[in-house]
Amino acid sequence: MTTITTPTSTPAGQRDSARRLEETWRDPPGLYGWFAAINHKTIAVRFMLTTFGFFVAGGVLALIMRLQLARPENNLVGPDFYNQLFTMHGTTMMFLFAVPVMQAVGSYLVPLMLGARSLAFPRMNAFAYWIFLFGGLMLYAAFLLDIGPDAGWFAYVPLAGPDYSPGKRVDFWAQLITFTELSGLLEAVILITTIFKMRAPGMTLNRMPLYVWTMLVTSFMVLFAMPSVMLASTALITDRLVGTHFYNPAEGGDALLWQHLFWFFGHPEVYLIFIPPLGFMSSIIATFSRRPVYGYPAMVLAVIATAFLAFGLWVHHMYATNIPELGKSFFTASSAMIAIPTAIQIFCWIATLWTGRLNFKTPLLFALGFFFILTLGGLTGVILASVALDLQVHDTYFVVAHLHYVLIGGAVFPLFGAFYYWFPKFTGRLLGETLGKWNFWLFFIGFNVSFFPMHLLGLAGMPRRVWTYPAGMGWDQMNLAATVGGVMIAASVLLFIINVLKSRRHGVPAGPNPWGAGTLEWGTDSPPPAGNFVAPPVCGGRYPLWEPDGVPAHVTGLADDRREILVTTLMDAVPDLRPTMPSPSIWPFLSAIAVTILFIGSIFTPWAVVWGAVPVAIGLTLWFWPRKKETRRNVVSEVHP
Amino acid sequence: MTMKAPFFLPFLLHAATAAAAPSQNALRPAGIQAERIHDLWLLTVAICSLVFVAVLVALLLALWRSGRSDATTAPDVASLAAPEPKLKRSVLLAVGASIALLFVLIVADFQTDRLLGRMPLSDAVHIEVTAHQWWWEARYNDPEPGKIFNTANELHIPVGRPVIMTLKSSDVIHTFWLPNLHGKKDMIPGRTSLIRLRADQAGTYRGQCAEFCGLEHAMMAFLVTAEPNDRYEAWADAQRREASNVLSARESRGRQVFMERSCVMCHTVQGSGANAVFGPDLTHVASRQTLASGVLPNNRQQMAAWVTQPQKVKPGTNMPATALSGEELEALLDYLGTLK
Repeated sequence: MTTITTPTSTPAGQRDSARRLEETWRDPPGLYGWFAAINHKTIAVRFMLTTFGFFVAGGVLALIMRLQLARPENNLVGPDFYNQLFTMHGTTMMFLFAVPVMQAVGSYLVPLMLGARSLAFPRMNAFAYWIFLFGGLMLYAAFLLDIGPDAGWFAYVPLAGPDYSPGKRVDFWAQLITFTELSGLLEAVILITTIFKMRAPGMTLNRMPLYVWTMLVTSFMVLFAMPSVMLASTALITDRLVGTHFYNPAEGGDALLWQHLFWFFGHPEVYLIFIPPLGFMSSIIATFSRRPVYGYPAMVLAVIATAFLAFGLWVHHMYATNIPELGKSFFTASSAMIAIPTAIQIFCWIATLWTGRLNFKTPLLFALGFFFILTLGGLTGVILASVALDLQVHDTYFVVAHLHYVLIGGAVFPLFGAFYYWFPKFTGRLLGETLGKWNFWLFFIGFNVSFFPMHLLGLAGMPRRVWTYPAGMGWDQMNLAATVGGVMIAASVLLFIINVLKSRRHGVPAGPNPWGAGTLEWGTDSPPPAGNFVAPPVCGGRYPLWEPDGVPAHVTGLADDRREILVTTLMDAVPDLRPTMPSPSIWPFLSAIAVTILFIGSIFTPWAVVWGAVPVAIGLTLWFWPRKKETRRNVVSEVHP
Repeated sequence: MTMKAPFFLPFLLHAATAAAAPSQNALRPAGIQAERIHDLWLLTVAICSLVFVAVLVALLLALWRSGRSDATTAPDVASLAAPEPKLKRSVLLAVGASIALLFVLIVADFQTDRLLGRMPLSDAVHIEVTAHQWWWEARYNDPEPGKIFNTANELHIPVGRPVIMTLKSSDVIHTFWLPNLHGKKDMIPGRTSLIRLRADQAGTYRGQCAEFCGLEHAMMAFLVTAEPNDRYEAWADAQRREASNVLSARESRGRQVFMERSCVMCHTVQGSGANAVFGPDLTHVASRQTLASGVLPNNRQQMAAWVTQPQKVKPGTNMPATALSGEELEALLDYLGTLK
């Protein structure tokens, strides 16, 4: 029977139990074990490293672009390669870094913050990772073979269609969308299930950490936004491969259909990237100002409001098209309105800092950088919401400046902060503070040197996505500044990498809770044991480790020789069920290979969908094949109420 | 709408004035539509700057006045038990102020949209602009069929008279952008859109395709010369004339080269028998300031480079290289020089 008791067992008994738990929950050893791993922390670390690899790759592409644009009429790269560069940069940063890294960090932290032993559907989690990795590798393999996509990360038709982008370049782009879609949707399902059903007993919805709220909201947004781009990219693939005419105006198709579908996904995507960092901010600000974030209900409602509004403003990417003017005005209002929930959160954080006692460590610095950069980016966003102003600055460097202020200020700064904050939890050691401060200041200054002049460049008439520009337009110095700033950012990221490599082995040992934080992930060892908690906590408040009665008891009675977990009810987190989680398996990996063969094969022949389905079916069947021993044991352990 | 200039406006103006002629700059409006957008810009920048400064000041004050701590400082969890009315008042006030300012901006924006839509249109010049990868075709329409004429990459418009442009595309999506006179308008295949603008100051303005349209998106510019109405009419009359057939021997030889080599497959020269419409109309090519859609200055040397090695000038252009002997090239350049 599962019971909730105050911890009374003897230390020796606990040690014994801890050892058994470790054996039960850890991934199998050896090469086979490496491919069969399903522990959420193992997968999440790989996921984070992979997304960081893509971040660096995308950054290198950006640096080459900046070097090309440093001078007018430069010939470092030609138009063909440049167009691949900016397409790859945008695609990498949006699809291979920004969205998946948030899910990767979430898949590490969410179970720990909830006091759970695992993510829901751990095999599916491993499968989602492999699919993501293979999709990204496919894209970069294509790029290295000079068949990288070159129609922009937004792939507007008819330029991306069969008539104006012959060859396979755009097919690789469209198929990458399928890969990241699949991975993203699976992660969303996993996170929603984990958050709804696997919270510690007592963690009612209104005690859930703000970060977990942001991941919940983000995951729901993924469910609604991603199918739109999946529809769009599938229609693009069939236009290109089997001669449908969804986007061909000559045959009754419509070029604007693509833009509606793409931006119905594309704008919410910005918030998929931006909302989880709001949770990082809330975690960091609370810990380093030594008090709960002010206005918990307002913060939660603001995040939910942002998510709803995000689906009602895609047309502000299309003001220059010939859709009706009155319709555009509606989108002006909805686009401007999204500033309100963001403002509420910013004011609540300032209120928290105002009344807190501050501990100026690197994570807090990155969080403070957010205020400067994101506020500026948000205000230029208000400018872009206006139809008239957008008609001037749309598709110019002003938008490049805006989107980097929002995405780097709103996502990358909090992400770096989050990394400094949770690195001790991941590795057991703190990141170096001195290098951390260098990392921050170089990034902050370099970022502003690079991107602030771009606002002015756009107003001074420089369009986006140009591989070169003529001299004498008044753009030279601002472009040079942007390049210098870009080099500073690269140096800063290099310092970060050095810091991580150094601190991983030689950093200051962290202990379970180096920052004196209040949420449950800090209540277990750093790095956490394979099963996360030796005795899973019961949750008595929003900041359980801070409140006197925050962890009133621990869950006992769960089997430690098999992967038994406690499932609780959706609203009030009352203990509900006691299912067994699946064990490590090679089949998610093999199934991912089969699916990859199907997806890549379909770039070359539609028949791949037919013959490629056979190995996929075999892989999935063996993945789900029940084992007699496990079934018998589960039946035996069933308790009827 | 007059507004006090925001604090960093001098910087912006500096950026604006640094540009050499012809101007391509949204901050130097030369027509009523761009002027109205610019007014809205000044108001918006002023309000946004105010908000930005206010947020930063609040943040810095918060950092300055709050106490210091370290990881061992006991957390203050009093707020979990008791509400914080003072903070609530301040946050509500700040949110209320933000909403009020946003409302001002939205109303100003709607007002600007209305004004943009209500520019008087009597006595308008009608131009149909069709975008191609990577050049601009322009057809000046007129109720009298005899007065219709075509040109490419360089437009002239009268100062003070409205211009209604019908925008089309022959291939992919392009965007017509002439920042000194108006904002952008997409040119979408299968659709027709309109842009209405008016130049109020004489001058030559540069525009550029703003929607990524393939390999040479960067090299798809155009020039618009706004001039007094009588000079505009004189220009239009000149454009309507066919190319002269009174040619010297060398020029005739050049026309022969034009007709026998690939030029004639794509280009039109009115009155010469060359009537292809794949490339720009060259009837008055010598009267233009630039070649290759705003990429090169139009002189004999650059024309030679463009005809013989277009891929060097503009990699990926649809214009093929034409191999000519020295004599043929000189003759062709002489002939093209007559197309004034």
